[in-house]
Amino acid sequence: MILYGVAALAFCLLVGMFVGDVLGVLVGVDANVGGVGFAMIMLVLATDWLRKRDLFPKPTEQGVLFWSSLYIPIVIAMASTQNVAEAVTGGPMAFLAGLSALLVGAALVPVLSRIGGRSEPLPEMAEEEKREA
Amino acid sequence: MDLISSLLERNDLLFAFVVIAAMMLVSGWLSKTLTRGRLQGSAVAIVLGLVLAYFGGVQTGGEDGLADIAVFSGLGLMGGAMLRDFAIVATAYGVDLQEIKKSGVAGVLSLFLGVSLSFLVGALVAAAFGYTDPESLATIGAGAATYIVGPVTGTAVGASTEVIALSVAAGLVKSVVVMVGTPLIARFIGLNNPKAAMAYGGVMGTTSGVAGGLAATDKRLVPYGAMTATFYTGLGCLLCPSVFYFGLYALLG
Repeated sequence: MILYGVAALAFCLLVGMFVGDVLGVLVGVDANVGGVGFAMIMLVLATDWLRKRDLFPKPTEQGVLFWSSLYIPIVIAMASTQNVAEAVTGGPMAFLAGLSALLVGAALVPVLSRIGGRSEPLPEMAEEEKREA
Repeated sequence: MDLISSLLERNDLLFAFVVIAAMMLVSGWLSKTLTRGRLQGSAVAIVLGLVLAYFGGVQTGGEDGLADIAVFSGLGLMGGAMLRDFAIVATAYGVDLQEIKKSGVAGVLSLFLGVSLSFLVGALVAAAFGYTDPESLATIGAGAATYIVGPVTGTAVGASTEVIALSVAAGLVKSVVVMVGTPLIARFIGLNNPKAAMAYGGVMGTTSGVAGGLAATDKRLVPYGAMTATFYTGLGCLLCPSVFYFGLYALLG
């Protein structure tokens, strides 16, 4: 049943968001702390456990994979609803501040990637995956 | 005409699916003909989305880009935080937890470095533009972290509304340049493996920026980047109005 997969995904996100909200209250900030991250870890652990016991059959899996494959269209919709007009009217200071934050951060990535041994690049995408992208 | 627009407004989410599919078709074609596939179709589509968002915002004066135009309101639901997070979590399906454990230290470090450096750089830029009081510097610095941390900090330290608006703008700029810039700089910073993606999510922190940027680079990196980015705003809201503000205050106070 596809809905079981969708529901498992929704349940993980709800629990993760709850943990993130509680964590936010505990440290006294007005933000969700890591909700999506907790949800992801929970999804990976829960589905792994269920799959080993044959409780997560192919149709159920499809419910998760469907939303995963909608990721890029959703992100494009997200891009088209950003407040770009306000970002542009912020003027040169806002632009410089945002851009420098990107550049300084990006410069750190090669250094941080070296911590705890190098990682292998992901293999080239298969043709099928490329077409999906 | 009224009949059609009212039909589309009533079924706004369905129309959003059609609009996005059309944008992806056009972008795929542009990617093949103009860049010979060098810039992925999804990257072109995100840029196209941002351009349309600009015109939507200018046209209506609203905050939600194209979604402020009534017939396109479904884009707001489709691209809103709920479905975005839902899809991000779905991309984690089948991720190797070993990979995440291996990158744990780098991820945590990247968060602290990301928040502090964004704050520092933002405050320096603000200083270069003539701001001298610790409240304004802290608020704009926090805005360079994300557009949520900016106003949270500004309100907490009592910055002027004009400065708070600037900090939101700085955060929005960051999110947009991360979306557009990630696929362009990915090659130069070795952003092609899970660990680098976790570090990237940690130093950038803007969830929408990282979500869009990694989608335009390699979708398989999304769960790793999102994993760390999701802690960033919380950490920023914790550090910027407290430790970092007091630091600035002691320095300039």
